[in-house]
Amino acid sequence: MTGTAAVTREVRGARLARAAQIAVPLAFLGVFFAWPLAAILARSLRPGAIVDVFTDASLRQVVWFTLWQAALSTALTLVAGLPAAYVVARYDFPGRRAFLAFVTIPFVLPTVVVATAFLVLLRSGGPLAFLHWQPGVVPMLIAHVFFNVAVVVRTVGGFWANLDPRREEAARMLGASRVRTFTAVTLPLLAPAILAAASIVFLFTFTSFGVVLLLAGPAHFTIETEIYRQAFAFLDLRTAAALALVQIVAVLVIVTALARLQERRSVAQRIVGGADVARRPRGRERIVVASILGMTTVFLAAPLAVLVWRSVRVGGRFTLGSYRALGSSASASTLFVSPWAAVANSVKFALIATAIALVVGGLASVAIAARPGRSSRTMDAFLMLPLGTSAVTIGFGFLIAYQHAPGWLADTWLLVPIAHSIVAIPFVVRTVVPALRRIDPRLRDAATMLGAAPRRVWREIDLPITARAFVVAAGFCAAVSLGEFGATLFIARPDWPTVPIAIDRFLVKPGQIYLDQALAMSVVLMLLTAVVIFAIERVRVRDLGEI
Amino acid sequence: MKRARTASLAFALLIAAAACGSSGGHPAASAPAGSPTTVAPKITTVRLLTHSSFAASKDVLAAFTRETGYKVKLVQPGDAGVMVNEAILRRNDPVADALFGVDNTFLTRALDAGIFEPYVAPGLGSVPAALRVDSQHRVTPIDDSDVCVIDDKSWFGHDGRPPAPTTLDDLTDPRYKNLTVVENAATSSPGLAFLLETIARKGESGWTGYWRALKQNGVHVDDDWTTAYESDFTAGGGGGDRPIVVSYGSDPVADVVGSSPHRDTPKVGVLASTCFRQMEFAGVLHGAHNVAGAQALIDFMLTRRFQDDMPLQMYVNPIVAGAQPPAVYRKWVVDPPGASSIDPAVISAKRNDWIREWTDLVVR
Repeated sequence: MTGTAAVTREVRGARLARAAQIAVPLAFLGVFFAWPLAAILARSLRPGAIVDVFTDASLRQVVWFTLWQAALSTALTLVAGLPAAYVVARYDFPGRRAFLAFVTIPFVLPTVVVATAFLVLLRSGGPLAFLHWQPGVVPMLIAHVFFNVAVVVRTVGGFWANLDPRREEAARMLGASRVRTFTAVTLPLLAPAILAAASIVFLFTFTSFGVVLLLAGPAHFTIETEIYRQAFAFLDLRTAAALALVQIVAVLVIVTALARLQERRSVAQRIVGGADVARRPRGRERIVVASILGMTTVFLAAPLAVLVWRSVRVGGRFTLGSYRALGSSASASTLFVSPWAAVANSVKFALIATAIALVVGGLASVAIAARPGRSSRTMDAFLMLPLGTSAVTIGFGFLIAYQHAPGWLADTWLLVPIAHSIVAIPFVVRTVVPALRRIDPRLRDAATMLGAAPRRVWREIDLPITARAFVVAAGFCAAVSLGEFGATLFIARPDWPTVPIAIDRFLVKPGQIYLDQALAMSVVLMLLTAVVIFAIERVRVRDLGEI
Repeated sequence: MKRARTASLAFALLIAAAACGSSGGHPAASAPAGSPTTVAPKITTVRLLTHSSFAASKDVLAAFTRETGYKVKLVQPGDAGVMVNEAILRRNDPVADALFGVDNTFLTRALDAGIFEPYVAPGLGSVPAALRVDSQHRVTPIDDSDVCVIDDKSWFGHDGRPPAPTTLDDLTDPRYKNLTVVENAATSSPGLAFLLETIARKGESGWTGYWRALKQNGVHVDDDWTTAYESDFTAGGGGGDRPIVVSYGSDPVADVVGSSPHRDTPKVGVLASTCFRQMEFAGVLHGAHNVAGAQALIDFMLTRRFQDDMPLQMYVNPIVAGAQPPAVYRKWVVDPPGASSIDPAVISAKRNDWIREWTDLVVR
């Protein structure tokens, strides 16, 4: 890189790259999220209906219930997930990668399938019948933890693995107890990742639909289920739109507050390769590690095991008949394509959605991390919004916004991975930004001083350090895409269903064989998730190792 | 980095194209069909907006294509409520040409929204007059079915258990305490139908008293049919603990056809005096691009070929004279002549109040 022309090109390139970091994510979200959202709100929103949300006692109660159950679910998920995050970050044990893939499975399962598994476990005659749990708040909270524990284990675990343990060792050496070391050193350093995970879990449980509907019992409504009830039972789109607006504003406020906290808690620190730090547990540690892994596994495996068991146990004997039936002509008429084509669709959509989310989310992350302050917080909150918006709202928004769009846009299968990527982008941002923020700026300064162009600095410093975060994010994106149901139902045409759509088609048909096939298909989805996540995590990133 | 930037550029282009396309007026396809000044390409597909329970045999749809030249393209955004809302939101530029699956609980609302264009199907003459509820022919009746109370036959009548119940009043009898599961009237279509059944049988003044007694007797409410039937009903495959459930009069058929391992007689029975009649309608959507195709599709739905295929695809009754459902369907379906019904206009006017009152009474 000698000569003025080359330098000018570099500078212009850097400027272009900076512009793209902001423009691309904003334009993408603008077209595929903000525009549909604005379209549906403009169409159905009336001021009177918004006032009603706050004056009608039962609607106010819905808003309040939504808030506290989401806060409690988030706290419980953190409690359940942090020990496992610690173990995968700090210890090397056989089957570590398999464990990480396994933890992610619940995250993608259709809620109706998981709810069925929970009901089997809890009902009279079931293995957990002694708890005497009726559908209600407790099973709902447990299900929320079950679904979201992966978010904590992966987001925090990935960050934790790169935390330099020497700070903790120093604290211990200076006489701090284990507890004090954890609360005074480890926890503050982990804060950005914990806050990132918490904000995602909060949004997921804040907008939870299936779990609330199926496990909380008919007496409990969240804003999300109430939107659905208002729109489709009462055919009252105005109240539904008012609730959607309240939901979005609440999400914006909460996300901005958490992002601000996350930004304030971020410190640049020395990064270590996870593989260098993780080691085999010794002595008493072995008991701790084994019990944490054991408890997490049992908690997550019980409902999964129920599904597998029921998929192979038909009419009191073991059979693979349900799996064979998946290929039969009877199921082809229900779905109009073979269930295996649904698997192919799901994989294709997951790969495309992951690629889109990594590019758009990666650019946004760089922009957000480079410019702390109000504007980047706003952008961050904007990117998070889709997680906090109901699928019904967006689904109808697409319908109105794209009604005059050319067929290739309004009626293309590409909309499915695009919708998935919009849900996945917040994961990329939440995982990559904390990693970027803790890069010591002096590293970049040193590189620049030594003559490296901005692009080279990014390639040599930022990329290797954040590569692990990208891998973790990619796993999430694939998982989000494989499991997404609400938006897909609205967008996907019957000729290209995904696996969750296929499961739904089986479930709405009466007859034992269809239930059996839905269960078999759910097990297929479980395996598919495990395989995809496992494959993504085979990607090793230089000397930073893998997670 | 280069590659990343190329990708971002591609996205920017895509977005720009999308933005232009959306503001750039109607696509060519929406030009009036058959307009003399433009050479419109022959429309070979007909789009059908329907609910996610719609199903038809592949060879039946293939026959339609063979006979008319139109290929059916399905648009299935969710359940019937979602579908009707989608049609209403896109009233002026519909996502499809025809709609199938609006039932008597949504009918008046859909008609009032003006989403249909009148069409008198030639086959209408073979449909019983009682089903032709819209005198302006904006919708054409296609099928009917019954939502009834269903029991697990093998559960009752032994080990000191009472005989199977037969009437609505039996469900409030203490002998049947904690044995019944129903669906939420606010979120489930059979749940709403059962609420309407109790209103039809007990009257506007009597239904709340009936539900109070039902609640007293330990009725359980699930939010959807799948959970109620597949999880909580004893004969539903999920090993539930309630032998009485609100479901469909065709359940004995589904129970035999979908049995695994195969059985010849159903495990479930129907309480014939507890049935509420549901009807499904089809119509040509207002603003359809392919009006001729939509009309052809509705005609086809009234042919023997489609009508005979429906029973085992969607578990609904054919309604045209001379239709011949498969033997197993005729043998086991319960389609009682005394099934109750309520005028769609009355349902439309009162459903929200009924659902709210029911919610306050039963689930809160």
